Amino acid sequence: MAKVLMKGNEAFGEGAIRAGCRFYFGYPITPQSELAHFLAKRMPEVGGTFLQAESELASINMVYGAAGAGARVMTSSSGPGISLMQEGISFIACAELPCVIVNIMRGGPGLGNIAPVQSDYFQATRGGGHGDYRLIVLAPSSVQEIIDLIREAFDLAEKYLNPVLMLGDGLLGQMMEPVELNEVKEVSLPPRPWATSGRMGGPKRIINTLIIVPEELEKHNLKLNQKYKRIEVKEQRWENYQTEDAQLVLVAFGTAARVCKGVVDYCREQRLAVGLIRPITLWPFPVKAFDYLLSLATVRYFLSVEMSTGQMIEDIRLAVNGRRPVYFYGRFGGMLPVLTDVVKEVKKLLLEEEC
Amino acid sequence: MFKKVFARPKALEDVPFHFCPGCTHGIIHRLIAEVIEELNILEQTIGICPVGCAVFSYNYFACDILQAAHGRAPAVATGIKRVLPDRVVFTYQGDGDLAAIGMGEIVHAAARGEKISVFFINNSVYGMTGGQMAPTTLPGQITATTPYGRDREINGNPVKVCEMLSVIEGTAYVARVSVHNPASIIKAKKAIKKAFQIQLSGLGLALVEILSTCPTNWGLSPAEALNWLAENLIAYYPLGDFKTPKEEAKNV
Repeated sequence: MAKVLMKGNEAFGEGAIRAGCRFYFGYPITPQSELAHFLAKRMPEVGGTFLQAESELASINMVYGAAGAGARVMTSSSGPGISLMQEGISFIACAELPCVIVNIMRGGPGLGNIAPVQSDYFQATRGGGHGDYRLIVLAPSSVQEIIDLIREAFDLAEKYLNPVLMLGDGLLGQMMEPVELNEVKEVSLPPRPWATSGRMGGPKRIINTLIIVPEELEKHNLKLNQKYKRIEVKEQRWENYQTEDAQLVLVAFGTAARVCKGVVDYCREQRLAVGLIRPITLWPFPVKAFDYLLSLATVRYFLSVEMSTGQMIEDIRLAVNGRRPVYFYGRFGGMLPVLTDVVKEVKKLLLEEEC
Repeated sequence: MFKKVFARPKALEDVPFHFCPGCTHGIIHRLIAEVIEELNILEQTIGICPVGCAVFSYNYFACDILQAAHGRAPAVATGIKRVLPDRVVFTYQGDGDLAAIGMGEIVHAAARGEKISVFFINNSVYGMTGGQMAPTTLPGQITATTPYGRDREINGNPVKVCEMLSVIEGTAYVARVSVHNPASIIKAKKAIKKAFQIQLSGLGLALVEILSTCPTNWGLSPAEALNWLAENLIAYYPLGDFKTPKEEAKNV
């Protein structure tokens, strides 16, 4: 299939349409607005619905309603808007409804700026809102991967009846890359016996998040927890890049992982045994990737490279569990880690120690 | 032979209401259920229940029900109706839900002319959380958070929802009714029926504000509460149609 040049934000939209999503509700915010612009044009072409809501509170609740009615539905926003959506996301997670949420992160806290960062990692991977729940979090690092992963996002949302969050940043959203589009499949949605779509001769359905009796809520919490455990076992995704003989393993996702691939290539030319683990699922965190590498015994250090002051490093430390030292290098506020600076950090660890 | 002259509407489940003695939520539930049955729309109706005393309406209505976050019912209803335009979607919301935390959602659902029916229960207090001041609490009214009476200087002024929403273009029908005596109950049912018929005709958003009692939080007996409603709430919130579809009115 011929490749086409496509912007990251638009790839989320086109990928969603090719995955059978026909409902989008959203509210403008930079740096994800092109996604809304794209779908405003594209949805009517495929008989879908694009609706601009009055706020992110409204858009996520429209998603809640549409998902409850049985639709393949998505929304998108950026940090401040995702914060506003947390109430609704918590309800959707409790009600066990499928939907896809795209967060094209921007600098924070507060209004911050519109430059690329990865500082919503905690919010994304810890549930984000009130209560005891998790989202499946996917972190693409190229425009092609956006196209490929958003289809998987809808499938995972429906398989586990759980919201799926796709986490990108302003750079990934704004950049253009050649992509190979997957075919537009007629997606046959799995049956939705739980949908409040009108009884139409069938039994009454209730979608409800009020579970007032403690014994019953504990049971529901446990049911959700068991689902999350299944997801943790089955759905960890990551990419290994030259890790087999690596003494130092970088860990980075999204845009930071693109920089780190360059770092690995550069270091390898200098005969430094450096590799990269690129988590693709941020939740569940790819613990298995670390267990495998640690079993090889060649790895001596891990270095987390993030566009934040250090968030994913906590999950790396939990995965490594004291078996090796874990170091951190980060740029933030919209500043990007650059190859030479990361290489300096690598050399500090690998060479200075030997002196 | 005996003739059955009164029965539970098919759109109500056979379970007892949990509402406090004298609370008129039960009457309003019944009226909505009677209308659903009379219009023969039970199978295609989806209700949205709110946060507050009416949250348990998922136990009472026999149609499909989705429970929304506080104030968000009109947005949730929008999502459902956009996916399933041939279904009948209604929200059931209290005054704190619709006129305080959910003001944005109802105003914009109205502006979009969402083809939904909204039943707005105004009893001038937050019921479930313990009788705090609502946006509709009357000036001077004593509540848990206005122990010296609502002071306009401190607490601002009550919100008149029908008056406000009737000037928004997307609303097709806006009416305020009460359920404090048999005559008003008959009128309330007519308004509820009209709100569903307007949705079935696809004319726009229909909202019926229903003045309701809260004897528990008002500190009154059920009978006193009905009188208090008639004397005080109706005086501040006049009953009647605030907006009706003009030429289309003949069809409904």
